[in-house]
Amino acid sequence: MATSVHSPKPEIRKRGEQTPFRRFVSDFIVSRLAVLGLFVLGLVVLIAIFAPLLAPQNPYDLAQLDILDGMLQPGTVGGGGYPYWLGTDEQGRDMLSAIFFGLRISLFVGLGSAILAFVIGATLGLTAAYFGGKVDAAIMRWVDLQLSFPAILVALLILSLLGRGVLNVMLALVIVEWAYYARTARAAALVERGREYIEAAQCLALPTSRIVYRHLLPNCLPPLIVIGTMQVASAIALEATLSFLGLGVPVTEPSLGLLISNGYQFMLSGNYWVSFYPGVALLVTIVAINLVGDQLRDVLNPRLKT
Amino acid sequence: MTIEVRDLSTHFRLSAGTIKAVDGVSLSVRRGQILGLVGESGSGKTVTGFSIMRLVESPGFIAGGNILFQGTDLARISEEEMRRLRGNRIAMIFQDPMMTLNPVLRIDTQMVETIRAHEKTSREEALRRARDALGMVGIPSPEERLKAYPHQFSGGMRQRVAIAIAFLHKPDLIIADEPTTALDVTIQGQILAEVQKLTSKFGTSLIWISHDLSVVAALADEIAVMYAGRLVEQGKVGEVLDHPLHPYTKGLIDSVPNRNRRGAALNQIKGMTPSLADLPEGCSFRTRCPREAEICKQVPLTREWLHDHTARCHRPYHPTEDFT
Amino acid sequence: MVSYLLRRLPQAALTMLVMSVVVFVGVFAIGNPVDILISPQATATERDNAIRALGLDLPIWQQYWSFLVNLFQGDVGRSFVFNVSALHLIMERLPATLELALASTLLGLVIGMPFGLYAGLAPNSRVSTSIMAGSILGFSLPSFWVGIVMIMLFSVHLGWLPSGGRGDTVYWLGARWSFLTTDGLAHMAMPVLNLALFQISMVIRLTRAGVREVILSDYVKFARAKGLTETRIILVHVLKNILIPVITVVGLNLGTVIAFAVVTETIFSWPGMGKLIIDSINVLDRPVIVAYLMLMVLMFVVINLLVDLAYMVLDPRVRLESR
Repeated sequence: MATSVHSPKPEIRKRGEQTPFRRFVSDFIVSRLAVLGLFVLGLVVLIAIFAPLLAPQNPYDLAQLDILDGMLQPGTVGGGGYPYWLGTDEQGRDMLSAIFFGLRISLFVGLGSAILAFVIGATLGLTAAYFGGKVDAAIMRWVDLQLSFPAILVALLILSLLGRGVLNVMLALVIVEWAYYARTARAAALVERGREYIEAAQCLALPTSRIVYRHLLPNCLPPLIVIGTMQVASAIALEATLSFLGLGVPVTEPSLGLLISNGYQFMLSGNYWVSFYPGVALLVTIVAINLVGDQLRDVLNPRLKT
Repeated sequence: MTIEVRDLSTHFRLSAGTIKAVDGVSLSVRRGQILGLVGESGSGKTVTGFSIMRLVESPGFIAGGNILFQGTDLARISEEEMRRLRGNRIAMIFQDPMMTLNPVLRIDTQMVETIRAHEKTSREEALRRARDALGMVGIPSPEERLKAYPHQFSGGMRQRVAIAIAFLHKPDLIIADEPTTALDVTIQGQILAEVQKLTSKFGTSLIWISHDLSVVAALADEIAVMYAGRLVEQGKVGEVLDHPLHPYTKGLIDSVPNRNRRGAALNQIKGMTPSLADLPEGCSFRTRCPREAEICKQVPLTREWLHDHTARCHRPYHPTEDFT
Repeated sequence: MVSYLLRRLPQAALTMLVMSVVVFVGVFAIGNPVDILISPQATATERDNAIRALGLDLPIWQQYWSFLVNLFQGDVGRSFVFNVSALHLIMERLPATLELALASTLLGLVIGMPFGLYAGLAPNSRVSTSIMAGSILGFSLPSFWVGIVMIMLFSVHLGWLPSGGRGDTVYWLGARWSFLTTDGLAHMAMPVLNLALFQISMVIRLTRAGVREVILSDYVKFARAKGLTETRIILVHVLKNILIPVITVVGLNLGTVIAFAVVTETIFSWPGMGKLIIDSINVLDRPVIVAYLMLMVLMFVVINLLVDLAYMVLDPRVRLESR
């Protein structure tokens, strides 16, 4: 015992000796709620990826559906010999399986559109910041104009022209979201642009694209990641809303929002589960992402702390 | 005696521990007298002023002592009793006139509400008094200026408004927290003269908080020097300035640029103001003191070394000592 | 004030123009304009006649010009479904949506300000922590899901409130209103609360942040030093300073609320223009869609103008700078 008191403890390192990533991790796990959010989020993503393996049935293979099992209460054992933990819809579809598959589409649309919007928005934002002048004015004028309208209106405009469909929804979400990334990227880049290392890079006559992507972009990443996380949550929520309104994904590829919409008609007759459980899944996903995003904001950008 | 503060302590309870921002301060001001409370920023002089007003905000609190105002202990009375005294019998003037007036309320609103918080008067009567008060502090065409918003006034004019508000109820005591620091030098003089004129006119006692010895020298009857939450020296202005007992007071005096010693290097107090959370044991000035000795590791007590001239020091300068 | 307006009006007009190009390009250039403007049930001859009548054989800039001229005259075509002027149809539904949006904005202020005030004045109390946690939920919950849960709870399970429709209405000021009858109010309760959730959360956060900032200001300390009562300090000195940013944001948000009414109206079968636009999109009644979109754009431009004006009235500093 006495020796352990005197020997230095290698596992306790000073902050200054930590790698940036380690410091990031240790700052992040300060909030237990955020760690819980991350855990739940990881679970949701795994479920979405492995849905075909995890789900008791393939809810869109009509051969596996038994119409006699329609509208069963949660927990009832159906014709297949296994219990429907979350009940069935009017076609005898196992709601648990439907939710697993719905999560896939919701996450795919939300993540996919967020990544696309990230790339487009960050590129245009960095371009605006780097070149300034008329390019900046043109891009930012458009960003301001678009942001003065609510997301749902812009999405409504696009989808009323294009009609429903997974790709159309994603396109609408990208058009809605890129402006947020552009504004964030430009603001962060403007701060970085004034720094000496950019001037040094310019003096070395490095190509513009190299300066922007190798020097400007990495330094603008933290705020973009924070915005990105929040935008994934709002993209998923917006997709669900649009699908609920019948403007989103097609009936052949139901996301959580469409499942809720389908179940809505049965709710007034007391068959709550068809609508309720997909809603819970949606809620858990969104809240988990927001918890993670909230903590990311605190850790990555102390200036934004409230 | 208008006010007599005995052994006042104001502490701040922080997660890092308790900070003694004011630690056993005793001072008193007679009717119509002016006390200059001097010290560096962070010495506790402002907190002392706010403690007398009972306006110290959480996590700060008055930890002990008495604040006897005309015989009543302000540290013991209820919040409502205290409110009735504030702005009425005891008024306060703040440091930055750009921040003290509410930007979205007109001057007349901010003056009338002060009158009507303490007296049942008609709006018309209150307005008339507000107008007279503005005229009294030298604001031209007060009738029109009443309807203006604070941002339409210059800094000096705003401070005049604040002074007019402070004098609305002819208080017995005014606490002025560096009211000229944020102003131009020419305006400083005017404000100083204004306050001096009004206090002598109404027989108001004044506690003038300042870090500027020259201002206090010109204005005050008595001077009290604070360092790290404690009062280190107190006495008549001339007495203290001519024969400082405490090495800190002498350091302060020597730091003031002087016309008669032009060309000579200014004397500085070595080191930095210590953090209140991390004070040296014993005399808190000893680590910066030129006269530090072994005994200074014990807390010095306040002692009347000369007639009406106290200092909290083990090894004060003796008045016969040659300073030059 | 007038010069300020004169400076802002061209900006507003430009925004309108840009958006009219967007809608024109969207409706007339991307989709097949024949499909959009002529009922799918029309015969081939009818189509040819219509194409000529609508000027679809003209160059694109001429088509845009006539679209613009018609727009100025308030003519965006007739609804395929109802066979009446699309604009007229929208205007007929406007009062119901306005009633919903205004009531929820009011509710947002009435509920949000006191909660925000409390959370700002006692930031460390347990109640305040709960209020703030609730406001995060209000932001992140999709409102259609909350609406469904509300119906499930209050209509299906408890049977307290009707699940849809406007209830009894009264004719007043040229339109029918629900809020003047008790039955109408019962029908309004859930949709209004549903639409207000976002605003309540927003107002709570804005008010709290404002209180936290203002309460530490010198002028509040000075107000205390003047011997004012705490009630007056909070209701006059603190609140009046917070009102400016809160009103600005809530006002700016009114357009968003009207746009989001689309969701609430669909859930609660509220016969406003939001429900109309969703129905129109589902049956491809495109003149109605165009009318709705252009009206919304106009509304946003007007709201932005009005909020700027309100800001000038409330904040004496802004008022003076613009003189």
